[in-house]
Amino acid sequence: MLGYAGRILHVDLSSGKIWTEPLKEELAKKYIGGIGLGMRLLLDNSKSGVDPFDPENPLVLATGPLSGSMVPTGGNGHAFVSKSPESFGVGEAKSHGHFGTEMKRAGYDAIIFHGKSEKPVYLWVDDDAVQLMDAKHLWGKSTFETDDAIRNELKDFYIRVASIGPAGEKLVRIACIMNDRSRAAGRCGMGAVMGSKNLKAIAIRGSKDVKVANQERLLELIKIQHERMKGPAARKYRTLGTPENVLVLQKLGAMPTNNFTRATFDAADKISGEYLNERFVAKIIGCSSCAMRCEHVAVVPEGPYKGTTTRIEYEPLWAIGPNCGVGNLDAILKGMDLSNYYGVDAISIGGIVGFAMDLYEHGLIGKEELSGLELNFGNHEAMLEMIKRISLREGLGDVLAEGVKLAAEKIGKTAPNYAVHIKGVEMTGYDIRGLKTAALGYAVSFRGADHNRHGAYGPDVAGKVNRFKAEKGRGKLVKETEDLYTIIDSLIVCKFSRGTYFEGYKDLAALYSAVTGIEMTPEELQKAGERINNLGRLFNIREGLTRKDDTVPWKVMNVPIPDEGVAKGSFVSQEDLDLLLDDYYEVRGWTKDGVPTVEKLNEIGMEDLVYIVKEKTEKPRKKAKEEE
Amino acid sequence: MAAVPKAESAKWKMVSCDPDKCTGCAICEYICSLTKENVFSAQKSRIRTMRLHPLINISITCRLCTPAPCVTACPREALTQSEQTGVIMIDDDKCDGCSWCIEACDYGAITLHPELKKVRICDLCDGDPKCVKWCPEEALDFVTKDILSQKARIAVAKKLFKESMEAAGIKV
Repeated sequence: MLGYAGRILHVDLSSGKIWTEPLKEELAKKYIGGIGLGMRLLLDNSKSGVDPFDPENPLVLATGPLSGSMVPTGGNGHAFVSKSPESFGVGEAKSHGHFGTEMKRAGYDAIIFHGKSEKPVYLWVDDDAVQLMDAKHLWGKSTFETDDAIRNELKDFYIRVASIGPAGEKLVRIACIMNDRSRAAGRCGMGAVMGSKNLKAIAIRGSKDVKVANQERLLELIKIQHERMKGPAARKYRTLGTPENVLVLQKLGAMPTNNFTRATFDAADKISGEYLNERFVAKIIGCSSCAMRCEHVAVVPEGPYKGTTTRIEYEPLWAIGPNCGVGNLDAILKGMDLSNYYGVDAISIGGIVGFAMDLYEHGLIGKEELSGLELNFGNHEAMLEMIKRISLREGLGDVLAEGVKLAAEKIGKTAPNYAVHIKGVEMTGYDIRGLKTAALGYAVSFRGADHNRHGAYGPDVAGKVNRFKAEKGRGKLVKETEDLYTIIDSLIVCKFSRGTYFEGYKDLAALYSAVTGIEMTPEELQKAGERINNLGRLFNIREGLTRKDDTVPWKVMNVPIPDEGVAKGSFVSQEDLDLLLDDYYEVRGWTKDGVPTVEKLNEIGMEDLVYIVKEKTEKPRKKAKEEE
Repeated sequence: MAAVPKAESAKWKMVSCDPDKCTGCAICEYICSLTKENVFSAQKSRIRTMRLHPLINISITCRLCTPAPCVTACPREALTQSEQTGVIMIDDDKCDGCSWCIEACDYGAITLHPELKKVRICDLCDGDPKCVKWCPEEALDFVTKDILSQKARIAVAKKLFKESMEAAGIKV
């Protein structure tokens, strides 16, 4: 079993005990790595019903079998997995850069953090030498400062650091974990879980060899991938980058604006990928092993935010921009930089600020609660101020730091109607009122509102289906992309490379086999994708999530798109949603309640987890009988 | 003291990195360690990537200095420079890993093999450097110093005369 390091590191932060266990080949083959392996380790190392901030909720960090190898985009990924403080179901967030490479070189497939440290610490992994270091002097520092400080004090520039900022320390529920300065394991509040453990950072230096099973074959495969990555399959990422989406979605009437009040943005030209690249992008860089390079580094050339240098992608640009009514790219870039600095998910922070602006405009919160701040849509200075207040839990920021769902419950009245989230996780930049395949993908995503669990906007945006219509068949489309996307996140390769696997699972299985020496057929790999999706589902079922949680935001169901144009009048009705869910559950082999059947679990080799569905289906039945 | 070759140095070709094109992906490190050591390992690569800041990326390997400070610094005469190619050759029987050469190199182009405890320096893959071949951005080039300076002159001339060339409708 090459490619894999073959070891899992356990760190008990309560007792300071550190030990390793071997990674079993069967587990590796079934759950691959990344989020698949991570979710399985989470499930096996946790009890149900534990609060995400309880020391008993473990935080799992996993690399993939390809990490540390030259597989393009595959050499560098890592994933954090834990019970999410936003969704109270499974939380997972991946990141790229160089951190995952270094972790594999140090010789670990996964690190599991148990318990909670009494005082702030960081973990220092120097190959086999693993120790907890005092982090008192780092507490309160930004992610950037923490990264620099650790590399300085350990006197090694090539140390890779993943750290939380003040937001994670203060248990802001949308806190992320940053690495390599510009990369974030952003979603689901993994940084808050890390903060709840008093774990400030993980610093890694690895010097072990990464060996692969079939060198010659692997180089042939890599050569093919390199050629594809220079071609049209990766053009978007090599040229304008994801901000290309701005004008595409604008045209479709699918760009949520002012917290999903509208679906087009008047100042779209001023925040487009075209304008961004012309005026701001100074360089495009790449992660370790990547032959595509996509990371657009933008620099603000003048004005009050002059010199701000940050990575830019469509999603955070949308969240901090159009979703807050902000059409000033200087301020948007500053907002992204601040999010990274404080360590909050730059998507969710835009979701929360947009939500607060919506409440302000509807009189649900007032100036007096905001120490005089005029929080109207489009006020970019107020937007930046709110990023700070939420990240540091200042004033009303303390309530908003709970995420839109919990904050809306606290604020009360009609506030929940303005909370645009799914399973407690803030929405991302696709207006699913007029993208019905995507709406299903978002509704069933096991980590809450997210485009990256399914990519089901693909057929909608490309016009392969009637995007305004809910109909049978969409369940199959969503299942297929979900299975593929979980494999992408488990191997881990980059989502942006998905177009370069011309033969899908066949290409990915070939890479897996060449690296690990474990023969894997495309069919087996697809099965593993299905298995991992069921695993995410099972974790959520264990934690009490049901069909009711597979839904879309209130606004998506109750406020039709008002903008003139093709998408006008679109929304997702309860009827649409039920039809889509029924179709999807059927394709998945799940019950009407969205619970995997015993037959399905046996079919995909998950006999050992049947107990989870049995507990859920048999207990209520027993109870009902007793009551009779 | 080892002989200091000079006569052929104008013809020597070296691996040079254009920092404007380098993305910091480290593919050069991966392919180098695989070619030379059959493993992926940054430490065992003869070329190393340095990202000082997102905007500052460069890969660095032996620059074929002459006279070569590493050769001069070696107290055991383990290093010699090829007259034909400029490559620094290592006599493993003589090298004891003392690392004086590492200190002498201004570019950090010499590394100590973590297991063998002998130094390792780029040997240009016998005139066909794999890092240059595999660099997806064509940021690496295998060139003589004369061609390097030529390239720089072309770049600067383009920059200086960009406007007048455009005005005259000349495409370069």
